Amino acid sequence: MADGIRDKVAIIGMGCTTFGEHFDRSVEELIVEACMEAIQDAGIEKKDIGAAWSGTCYEETSIGKASITLSVALKLPFIGTTRVENWCATGTEALRGASYAVAAGAYDICLACGVEKLKDTGYGGLPQNETQWGTVRRLVDSNQTAPGMFAMLATRYFARYGIAPAEGKRMLAMISAKSHHNGALNPKAHLKREVTVEQIVNAPIVAWPLGLFDCCGVSDGSAAAIVCRADMAKKFRPDPIYIKSLQISASSGVEMLYDDDWTHVESTTHAAAAAYKEAGIKNPREEISMAEVHDCFSITEAVTMEDLRFSSRGKVKQDIESGFFELKGGLPVQPDGGLKSFGHPVGASGLRMVYEMYKQLQGKAGPRQIRNPKFGLTHNLGGVPSVNVASISIVGL
Amino acid sequence: MVGITSYGAYIPLLRINRKLISSATGWLGSASALPGEKAVANYDEDSLTMAVAAAVDCLRGIEREKVDELYLATTTSPYRERLGAGIVSTALDLRADIRAADFSNSIKAGTTALLAALDTVKAGSAKNVIVCASDCRVGKAGSSQEQSCGDGAAALLVGEGNVIATIEGSYSLSYDFVDYWRTETDKYDRAWEDRWIRDVGYSKIIPEVITGLLKKYKLNIKDFARVVYPSLYPREHAAMGKKLGAEPNQIQEQLFTTVGDTGTAYPLLMLAAALEEAKPGDKILVASYGNGSDALFLQVTPEIDKVRANKRGVKKHLASKKDLTNYEKYATFRDVLTVDIGRRGEDMGPTQLSTLWRERRMVLGGCGSRCKRCGTPHYPRQIVCANPACEAVNEMEPYRFSDKKGQIFTYTGDSLAPSFSPPAVYGIVTFEGGGRYNFDLTDCDLESLKVGMPVEMTFRRKYRDMVRGIHGYFWKATPPRA
Repeated sequence: MADGIRDKVAIIGMGCTTFGEHFDRSVEELIVEACMEAIQDAGIEKKDIGAAWSGTCYEETSIGKASITLSVALKLPFIGTTRVENWCATGTEALRGASYAVAAGAYDICLACGVEKLKDTGYGGLPQNETQWGTVRRLVDSNQTAPGMFAMLATRYFARYGIAPAEGKRMLAMISAKSHHNGALNPKAHLKREVTVEQIVNAPIVAWPLGLFDCCGVSDGSAAAIVCRADMAKKFRPDPIYIKSLQISASSGVEMLYDDDWTHVESTTHAAAAAYKEAGIKNPREEISMAEVHDCFSITEAVTMEDLRFSSRGKVKQDIESGFFELKGGLPVQPDGGLKSFGHPVGASGLRMVYEMYKQLQGKAGPRQIRNPKFGLTHNLGGVPSVNVASISIVGL
Repeated sequence: MVGITSYGAYIPLLRINRKLISSATGWLGSASALPGEKAVANYDEDSLTMAVAAAVDCLRGIEREKVDELYLATTTSPYRERLGAGIVSTALDLRADIRAADFSNSIKAGTTALLAALDTVKAGSAKNVIVCASDCRVGKAGSSQEQSCGDGAAALLVGEGNVIATIEGSYSLSYDFVDYWRTETDKYDRAWEDRWIRDVGYSKIIPEVITGLLKKYKLNIKDFARVVYPSLYPREHAAMGKKLGAEPNQIQEQLFTTVGDTGTAYPLLMLAAALEEAKPGDKILVASYGNGSDALFLQVTPEIDKVRANKRGVKKHLASKKDLTNYEKYATFRDVLTVDIGRRGEDMGPTQLSTLWRERRMVLGGCGSRCKRCGTPHYPRQIVCANPACEAVNEMEPYRFSDKKGQIFTYTGDSLAPSFSPPAVYGIVTFEGGGRYNFDLTDCDLESLKVGMPVEMTFRRKYRDMVRGIHGYFWKATPPRA
């Protein structure tokens, strides 16, 4: 009976570029910077890498198809390199591929790299939806963008729990204000400044009821990890971080077609259940020390808190208002500033989140350091609230 | 007994006061100011979508499977080669084994199509023929047509049983009278001198055709409860009736100051308005105009009282309206003004026509699938049933959503999405009877929307890919008009 990969794989090195509008840097420069930081952090050499995974979502604006850009940019020595894409779960998917290869005993050491260059489209936001959903959906889907699709989650959440729009916007604003606060402490973040709740609720509307500061940034960036067999990890460093769980859940389609209430994300609840089981977590609100979740929009973070069982259904507002998710709260969320402050170079985000958990667990998070963290959770959500891919990783000491 | 068995009308929600047009382009001095307002197709409407809307009104309560032929009359089909009637019949989810034809190139084509339908049914070639007439003619900025032309559509079902108005006779004239013309490359009509059109064309040809019909059937103008003919010149319209010997109360209200000159649809839209008011036994005379004229002589039957309840018709559409408050929006919607909707709006994927063909019932026809085992409706069509207690594989039958009522489940107004009428408003619609999907919302403001409010489906143009010459159509949700 398969029992998952808990404590079978260790992360021994990680790298992460600054995230931002890197109009002057190529995708290859970002890849090399993140991967070389990870390789040096692990204290290994390129030739030690058995196989590599490259994660990029919008290959049209980044690396093109296949894994060649990673292998050529780094001059990997003709090793097995694979490109993965699973929407916003892409970065986590790259880590999952590398970790599974190690856990399977196929390789001792693997590289996972995620990269995205979004700022070469010529306009704001993610690339236009036109070709993202295949050839049929574009004939019938609404004229939608990511902010609009997630805005509908807020419309529904407010309606279901009887939250007046102004009250709801204030609740969401507190989420963004918290993340901006953390991001201001992070030299690698894209948007490094504090923003007040007043500024957030009064910002121009992007997709009603979401305003500018309810939306994460759009940026370029890359992050990478070196993973190895857990039993050999301490040969490389005294403080390796162990993978407790890596889980993915993809929508069955039932959410949109049949019976979803659109006040939560069903796939996240499935990924969470599987991840907690694999990691041996019984009470996530108590046991998880910190989390980096997919705050593509403030409302996404709000419902994710409930989907991950950090907050009870319909009660996230209380936890937001009590400061439970702040850096000094009971369960700090987005300690590095989140997608909110980093922006969301899609393929890189999952690995960037793990990078923060890794640094926090090693006690190297500087002014953002959380006291004695034990388990860190990362979460990505790719797609729209009703049709998506959710990924969760849990890492720990 | 052959005649009209049902009627339908469509007048777009938007209106523009002609004063707004003359204040924008009147400085050119090329057209004199006309009175009233006109109906304006929204940015996502054209002659095909309006034809579908009128046909939906006409066919409400009638089984679509019974329609044997569809004729579309329009001078503004978005395609020079691609059957407009084919798009309309696919949107209406009519049978494939029907005859569909376009009648075009003259604003008289609406009545000509109606007469062709009549002859077809009389000849026994078909039992039920639907005639749609729709036009969305755009006048050049500053032109007289910019003020006179309005947008709208009408539909009439011609058949044998349950006839509401018999078509007793007709009389036609065909002249190569070149008042307005548009070549294959022209976007706008060209026109000869206005006075000549009015005095030698309009006010001569219509009296000639009416007199001809009266003579042919030995009738007197006084025999008619209603005399219907289009208004190209509001003052001349009234004067002409007087000259023909008709009392003002016999002349059908011209819709000029409320809708405008709707081209091929005009006489049929006025006829629909006449039928709304008609009493059993009434005689109605209808004449069209354009490179000649067709005149028809109808007699209303007691069946008329049975069909009215189902109709939105002219009156309800007239009452349901929203004013466009600036000319530039009008000019943008009609593609008179080229605007920038941002770089994002240029990122348009190709339309795979083979995909559209394969999914034509799903895309144009608004049909999803229903599980034959458990009855769950799905949009888009599924192969595996989404009901977790069923999950039957390959047991689906087509299921039409386009005629189902729905409710807004959630919604947004999206300012990032490229749109000619921002913000792009869309939402999740749940359907009565089951099924749910994410649709664009149209003919409504973000501020007016609420979770749970009722919507119905309306056939609209979804996108226009001018690089590849593709007009993409699909169904949107809209608050019911009346």
